[in-house]
Amino acid sequence: MSSLAQSHLYETFELNIGPQHPATHGVLRIKVVMDGEYIVKAEPVLGYIHRMHEKMGENRTWNQFWPNMSRLDYLSAMAYNRCYAGLMERAMGIEVPPRAEYIRVIIEELNRIQSHLLGFGAYVMDLGGFTPLMYAMDEREQILNLLEAVTGSRLTYCYHRFGGVYNDIDDDFIAGTRAFIKRFRPQIPMYHKLVTGNVILMERLVGIGPITAEICRKYGASGPVLRGSGVNFDIRKNEPYSVYPELDFDIPVYHECDSMARYLVRMDEMFQSTRIIEQALNKLPDGPVMAEKVPKTLKPPKGDYHFAVEAARGLFSMRTVSDGTNTSYRMRLRSPTYSNVSLFEEASQGMLLSDALAFLGSLDPVIPEMDR
Amino acid sequence: MLAAEGVSPEESAKKKPEQAPQEAAASEKDQDKKAPKKKEEEEKPRVNGLLETDYAKRGFHIDVKLNPDQVVKAAEILDGEGMTLDMVTGVDWINEGQFEIIYDYSYTGGVLFRTVVRARVDRAKPDIPTISKVFGGANWHERETWDLMGINFVGHPQLERFLLPEDADFHPLRKDFKT
Amino acid sequence: MIGLAAFIGVNLAWLGWVERKGAGHFQRRIGPKEVGPYGLLQPLADGLKLMSKQLIIPANADRALYMAAPIVAMVPAVLSFVLIPFGENLVPREFNFGLLMVFAFASMGGLSILIGGWGSGNKYSLIAGTRAVSQNVAYEIPMLITAMTIVMITGSMDLNEIVRQQGGFFWKWNIFRLDKSILMPISFLVFFVCSLAETNRTPFDMGECEGELIAGYHTEYGGMGFGLFMMAEYANIVIGCSLTTILFLGGWQCPFGLFPGPHWFLIKTYFLFWCFVWIRWTFPRTTFWGLLNLSWKYLIPFSLVNLLLTALFIKVF
Repeated sequence: MSSLAQSHLYETFELNIGPQHPATHGVLRIKVVMDGEYIVKAEPVLGYIHRMHEKMGENRTWNQFWPNMSRLDYLSAMAYNRCYAGLMERAMGIEVPPRAEYIRVIIEELNRIQSHLLGFGAYVMDLGGFTPLMYAMDEREQILNLLEAVTGSRLTYCYHRFGGVYNDIDDDFIAGTRAFIKRFRPQIPMYHKLVTGNVILMERLVGIGPITAEICRKYGASGPVLRGSGVNFDIRKNEPYSVYPELDFDIPVYHECDSMARYLVRMDEMFQSTRIIEQALNKLPDGPVMAEKVPKTLKPPKGDYHFAVEAARGLFSMRTVSDGTNTSYRMRLRSPTYSNVSLFEEASQGMLLSDALAFLGSLDPVIPEMDR
Repeated sequence: MLAAEGVSPEESAKKKPEQAPQEAAASEKDQDKKAPKKKEEEEKPRVNGLLETDYAKRGFHIDVKLNPDQVVKAAEILDGEGMTLDMVTGVDWINEGQFEIIYDYSYTGGVLFRTVVRARVDRAKPDIPTISKVFGGANWHERETWDLMGINFVGHPQLERFLLPEDADFHPLRKDFKT
Repeated sequence: MIGLAAFIGVNLAWLGWVERKGAGHFQRRIGPKEVGPYGLLQPLADGLKLMSKQLIIPANADRALYMAAPIVAMVPAVLSFVLIPFGENLVPREFNFGLLMVFAFASMGGLSILIGGWGSGNKYSLIAGTRAVSQNVAYEIPMLITAMTIVMITGSMDLNEIVRQQGGFFWKWNIFRLDKSILMPISFLVFFVCSLAETNRTPFDMGECEGELIAGYHTEYGGMGFGLFMMAEYANIVIGCSLTTILFLGGWQCPFGLFPGPHWFLIKTYFLFWCFVWIRWTFPRTTFWGLLNLSWKYLIPFSLVNLLLTALFIKVF
């Protein structure tokens, strides 16, 4: 239960920020050695929700692996589906019709807004302000209703197929999305006024958890963590896929490297997503939503394939080693939270405990995708 | 090393056009190989272990095959170039009696450039030096690879069970693992 | 006496309902609505639930301290009610050092957090307990100094006397008595903030930070032990609001000098309670050192300055 005198220099005690904790966004255990209120060493312990998705990739055919993708990061499931679809389309050389690509972009960006809303709400709730979460859930309900009408699920989607999407969107969806964008755009300044400008929140976030761009590079951090440290890197711009090159949007980058910067990156990304959705809706072409001549059983040629997307939390990529059969030989999933949280140990030394938890929240971890 | 210094002016050209990264990195690999390896595979032959791949088909730009003991030096070179480590993958080629360790590097400072470094070790004695001193992020990736595959990263500070429970004595991602 | 007991009981139970309804409406949802019309019987359901739970004492808790903490929390809070003047003649017991007694009881309430935190045998509770104690100590000082200012103006520590001197129209209330000190309205705010901190309400709820330390000093308490802590907290809030009303807003005096009486007291007290609820559901939690900084670096110097200024004004004018 208690262990004192870890070193002869100072008395420390070991605390377990246990797997069940309101502030760890999932089942993450952090073994913390503390000196009073300061952290001497914080070691995250993973594996509480490890389900071996990678082994499942080897035991299932390519088509049977679809449901696994959304169970990884359930908040950003569309991006994960997109990565898998892109991977196999790259391997088999399947051409996706433009309408499907635009639909994919719209859906993915709606998903991104929804994920950032939840991240924002849960983060402020960790810090003690319970109300913004409820506001964020309200917006999120609208998005989930829209997506449910088209895809059939609210959280774990299975909407993409190799070569397109399986269900076309209808006019209700387009009208609903436009109405949502119109309603949501003025909400973002309201959130800034109510939440971001709050003196107490600024005291909690500004200057907390500084991560330099060098540490990000060494640990492979990506997404808002990297962009909050001043590095302008977003897969949608640097390694474009789908129809992103044809859409006009900005990548928010902040240089302060603290938790406030990461929080602001997420808020701005929501606004940019609304821009993307609007343009994609305007440019939506007619046509089929599924490629023709997609084989029922895929047998990609031998070798390695790799595909990367920008999920809500950062760079998600998949690498598959195929041996020419209808199952994968090795499926490797690289989740952004894994790399983002791996820098927690180094970055949290010497922090106060409440600061460390605020810092962990700003990395926006989703533990199921970390453990896979 | 003179060779390393010689290539750094070329590296600054990496930021601008797209062919420059591929040429620059190719020449850098040529000069810094200790034991040049020739491996004939697929359609294209490798030059000193290096193969330029079709990005649209594969998803990465350069594929380098190295000896296990050259992996750390390659990591240091790529670290000097400003690349970041994305992931470390272990593949179990049970029919060939080998493990393959694949390192994915990418460049985040400008034009995207992906490098893949591979190394093969014997299945009976899977030892490979760790790159966690060069890239801190490799710490967790290598620990997980050991945990799930059983590949021993020599010099790793904490090669313990990570995703599996502490008392597990099996490596589930191996092809001969049966429940 | 019986009336007082009934008043306390009703207050403690139904203020929880007010808070949850308020929280709901602030968060764009309705609060409890199932039990009874508008959820009015919710506190009864809660009370029943808490009473029917098994009282589990953790293995390495200190039994005596563990059992004592909720009682130490509850008793001073309830006792303080004896001193509050609800109306001109509606004071259960009038003491001529009533103010001092109320503050003494409030400090005892702060002690209960430490006892609860230590007696739980849980590291989280201990951390929360120590944090809460430093917070309580830090915020008692400006509270006392500000109250001292009022005592100087009134010349008496008797709560009823303080209210009597604020007779008549609302500009005679202490908050607006700028002839005694021009910083009066601000010292009202200082006192209000200190009562927020003394009663461990967000944004100063270091003792019970949900989210960081699970539930702080009352993590290990189930059933009625937890219920007692919650009721003690609401009792403390009512005491804090009443005290603010008495000292600054004129107690049972009417704003227009017409019908003074307990109804005005209740209106003002509950208005302040509503402000407490409002603030709780709007702001996030401060950092620990931010909280202490606020007290030691800003509130204490300010209240000292106010004290000197009031003394000056009284002497000169």
